Amino acid sequence: MSSAIMIGLFVVFSQQSEGTALNPAVLIASLYVFALAAFLGYQVISRVPPLLHTPLMSATNAISGISLIGSIVIAGRSKHLDLTTILGCVAVTSAMINVTGGFLITDRMLKMFRKKEVVKAEAKK
Amino acid sequence: MTGSSYILEATYLLASILFVMGLKSLSHPDTARRGMIMAAAGMAAAVLGTLFHPGIESYLWILIGLAVGSAIGIPMAMVPMTAMPQRTALSHAFGALAASLVGVAEYTIHGSSMGGVKTGALGFEVMLGSLTTTGSLIAAAKLQELMRGTPIQFKGQHFVNLLIAVGMLGCYVGWLIHPEAAGLFYGMIGCALLFGVMLVIPIGAADMPVVMSLLNSYAGLSSAATGFVLSNNVLIIAGTLDGFSGFILSILMCKAMNRSITNVLFGGFGSVIAEETAVGGTMREVSLDDVAVQLAYANQVVFVPGYGMATAQAQHACRELGNLLEERGVSVKYGIHPVAGRMPGHMNVLLAEANVPYSSLYEMDQINPELPATDVAMVIGANDVVNPDARDNPKSAIAGMPIIEVDRAKSVIVLKRGKGKGFSGLENPLFFKPVTGMLYGDAKTSLTNLVQAVQKV
Repeated sequence: MSSAIMIGLFVVFSQQSEGTALNPAVLIASLYVFALAAFLGYQVISRVPPLLHTPLMSATNAISGISLIGSIVIAGRSKHLDLTTILGCVAVTSAMINVTGGFLITDRMLKMFRKKEVVKAEAKK
Repeated sequence: MTGSSYILEATYLLASILFVMGLKSLSHPDTARRGMIMAAAGMAAAVLGTLFHPGIESYLWILIGLAVGSAIGIPMAMVPMTAMPQRTALSHAFGALAASLVGVAEYTIHGSSMGGVKTGALGFEVMLGSLTTTGSLIAAAKLQELMRGTPIQFKGQHFVNLLIAVGMLGCYVGWLIHPEAAGLFYGMIGCALLFGVMLVIPIGAADMPVVMSLLNSYAGLSSAATGFVLSNNVLIIAGTLDGFSGFILSILMCKAMNRSITNVLFGGFGSVIAEETAVGGTMREVSLDDVAVQLAYANQVVFVPGYGMATAQAQHACRELGNLLEERGVSVKYGIHPVAGRMPGHMNVLLAEANVPYSSLYEMDQINPELPATDVAMVIGANDVVNPDARDNPKSAIAGMPIIEVDRAKSVIVLKRGKGKGFSGLENPLFFKPVTGMLYGDAKTSLTNLVQAVQKV
């Protein structure tokens, strides 16, 4: 809902674009991507059983650490240490925490979900 | 486009595909692990590709960030499973912080020359990111018990919150019209940071699963908005997937409590004037040996865990008892309520960690039809999720919330620390039913003692 309102706002304010503004074709393409990703996400995620809801949350957290790629470009854009570089560096740090921590703990959790036969076989060892 | 930017875009496309496949693999525990390794590979490809971005002049601060991030992230992946909720809340905070900092940096670089669309998306990103950061930190503090878990409420709270929200949105709209006014931009951030705090402090510990899911959703949407600012599709896709995942989980959690999202956020649970069933009679205390005999000669035993199992660290002792009973030919099942614990799926992870195979973990809808044929239902540190008032008393504060109907079993044993009420402060008539026996004491100690007692039977 709120995102729909925001998209509406983008469109309203897009009329005053200038400078490094987003070109309308790119905006439309981005909105397509957003809409399709939303439908795809709904389909894929509704099929995740409640059994795996905690790993799902940590997995999506790790994946949204992809903002790392935006942070990297900002942290590396200047040879001099200025405000943007510091902001970029802190952003790289926080996103990297989610990427490494998120994928590792998701894997650690998923390793624990085992079939009965596997658990029994291990108990015999 | 130059050759290198084609390669860059190709890695982003690859990453997007691998992320979707990774999430799809989570539909079954057998495929999940492999799928997430693919998603991690996609992430690695995207990050490596970005290191060749033509706009990068210096690698020093990138490498420092990557090193420090790994140094914090890896230990954060080693926390015990009982600390999963607070760890997850912290990672929502980091994700949202990264998104908002990218937004602030973009604004300091481009200022008012971004044009309307980018400005709008950037403001949305920073606003949502900031409130998620402080909100998640408060949630983490509550879960770690650095803060009181009970709702913090004061007179005129709704009015104060409304004022902050109006201030935040006012600054946002004002700044959209005058993007050169940095004061409005930073005013918006200040209001958003404060709003995040105010949003989470009135929420009680039992409502945490909803809040966790909602913060997850906000962190994701904030990343998606970053994608609009940077015209980067992989960011939009990953952010949207995260945002929708959190959104779906919030809805599922709300359904499992028969409440609306607005009610959770603004209701202030426990302040509802509700009539409790006049609880009559006394609680029947049972002895350890009595319980051991019941368990040992049962055909089917169902364990129903709640947050109390996590605080008592009783999951291993529970599995030991379960194994022992299975060796004696008892059919052992675990019934998991969707909002048991402090985050979605919390109990499943704890029991899986204790080596309970996933085929023994049953969802609420699967276990309820089995309960009438169950000889002993054992409630371990759960309260509201087994409260029959939710089903029987339309005036109860939790009326209509689906429950695990342990009171339909032939015998109910409740492991409980003391005679107090649950987190919601409601009296639980289950404890007074003739079918119910109370076994007081620390859940872990009780279960360990039961293992020994059953061995002697």
